[in-house]
Amino acid sequence: MQNQVIRVEGLKKSYKKLHVLNGVDFGVEKGNIFALLGSNGAGKTTIVNILTTLLKQDSGTATVNGFNVASKPDYVRQSISLTGQFAAVDEILTGRENLIMIARLRHLKNPRQVADGLLRRFELTDAADRRVSTYSGGMRRRLDIAMSLVGNPQLIFLDEPTTGLDPQARIEVWRTVKELAANGTTVFLTTQHLEEAEQLADRIAILHEGRIIANGTLGDLKQLFPPAKVEYVEKQPSLEEVFLAIVGKKEDK
Amino acid sequence: METARTYFVSDTSVMLGRSMRHVFRSMDTIITVTIMPIALMLLFVYVFGGAIHAGSDNYVNYLLPGILLIAITSGTSYTAYRLFMDMQQGIFQRFHSMPIARSAALSGHVLTSLVSNAVSVVVIILVALIMGFRSSAGVLSWLAVVGMLGLFTLALTWVAAIAGLSAKSVDGAGAFSYPIMFLPFVSSAFVPTESMPSVVRAFAENQPVTSIVDAIRSLLGGQPVGNGIWLAIAWCLGILVVAYAVATRVYGRRMA
Repeated sequence: MQNQVIRVEGLKKSYKKLHVLNGVDFGVEKGNIFALLGSNGAGKTTIVNILTTLLKQDSGTATVNGFNVASKPDYVRQSISLTGQFAAVDEILTGRENLIMIARLRHLKNPRQVADGLLRRFELTDAADRRVSTYSGGMRRRLDIAMSLVGNPQLIFLDEPTTGLDPQARIEVWRTVKELAANGTTVFLTTQHLEEAEQLADRIAILHEGRIIANGTLGDLKQLFPPAKVEYVEKQPSLEEVFLAIVGKKEDK
Repeated sequence: METARTYFVSDTSVMLGRSMRHVFRSMDTIITVTIMPIALMLLFVYVFGGAIHAGSDNYVNYLLPGILLIAITSGTSYTAYRLFMDMQQGIFQRFHSMPIARSAALSGHVLTSLVSNAVSVVVIILVALIMGFRSSAGVLSWLAVVGMLGLFTLALTWVAAIAGLSAKSVDGAGAFSYPIMFLPFVSSAFVPTESMPSVVRAFAENQPVTSIVDAIRSLLGGQPVGNGIWLAIAWCLGILVVAYAVATRVYGRRMA
């Protein structure tokens, strides 16, 4: 298909005797939010690392924006951005310095202005000149994602973006992801939270034992299961709903 | 690719700026790499100095080259530490998924090591001047001293890079520097090797620190350096070439 930004065919990767990927196939369309679901150790990060040119596959092909990740990694890197599983921020620098550094590395003309704009957008202006080591987990993640948006890449990889975040920070990340997609950015997301995929994704692929065992919209996936039974249950609020109701809309400072 | 190459200089300078900030924002680093060697210098000159017969009436002059090497050694151990921390955190992954020169991340650290060690060497020399250090060396000799120290720093920095890239823990990253920091004590840095028992003396006279210290001391003292300086250069170059080869291989493997 023409407007597929990611195409993966027969991707295989082993670490010594451990076969992590056993022939993975999928495609991601431009402007979509694509969620890769899988349990811990399923190989989600391995796929992200291959697609972001950090790791070479054993066999199979992967293209990103039409460029083969193995043979044209420099072209791939021009148009992507990675927010890895562990916040890739510099703790000793301030939030502003982090953003300016990335803008310089992306060879943008006005690093300061780019940084100011992103600080405002991610509500980090007040904390801009504090060292990142003083940031909360949610702020750190926001900065991390802001750093990935420097230079407006067309395709963003988010590897378990909400792992370790509290519910409010998680909702903030969700909002950001939705905004990105609304502006036409393609988002490749990995997660082990089913609800996250349900909330965000246009398409969901399930990675299990090194293969994609299901791939489709939420509706498609639901049809794979037996039809819904009608039952009457008293719906108690979940602890998360209680927590959010009590804490209200308080933002972290 | 050509775009990556043309940006190598600007990318490396961004990396340099980044890790120089790390250096100046860490009191711990500043204390260890400048104040510790200065304290050692004070201790040896004003406490032990009276009892040490180094064959010259100005013990600061005798001591300074060894102190500088100790300072550089502890300075490079922080390069290993910073490199290790970068490998641990996601930041190197981010750099490597960006369209920047691949080696810029590593060269930024190497350059930082050269610059920050140069700063601490200058500070230590200034303190030594206050303590009575005097040199009759001319411009050429000073240039040779700078070159010698630069080469030593570069060689040790690449050794540090191996440690930082392959260490499994923070403690492991800096551990390589302890035995190296000990070498000056079993060399001609503090006392002439003639005073040592024969086995120790044989070791002291044939290890790199002695030849480097002797060469720098002769240069600073306006003495003829003889063939000793070539031995010193050979040691540094040898260590540099081997460490560079190993470090870039480890880096390539870790960043496959």
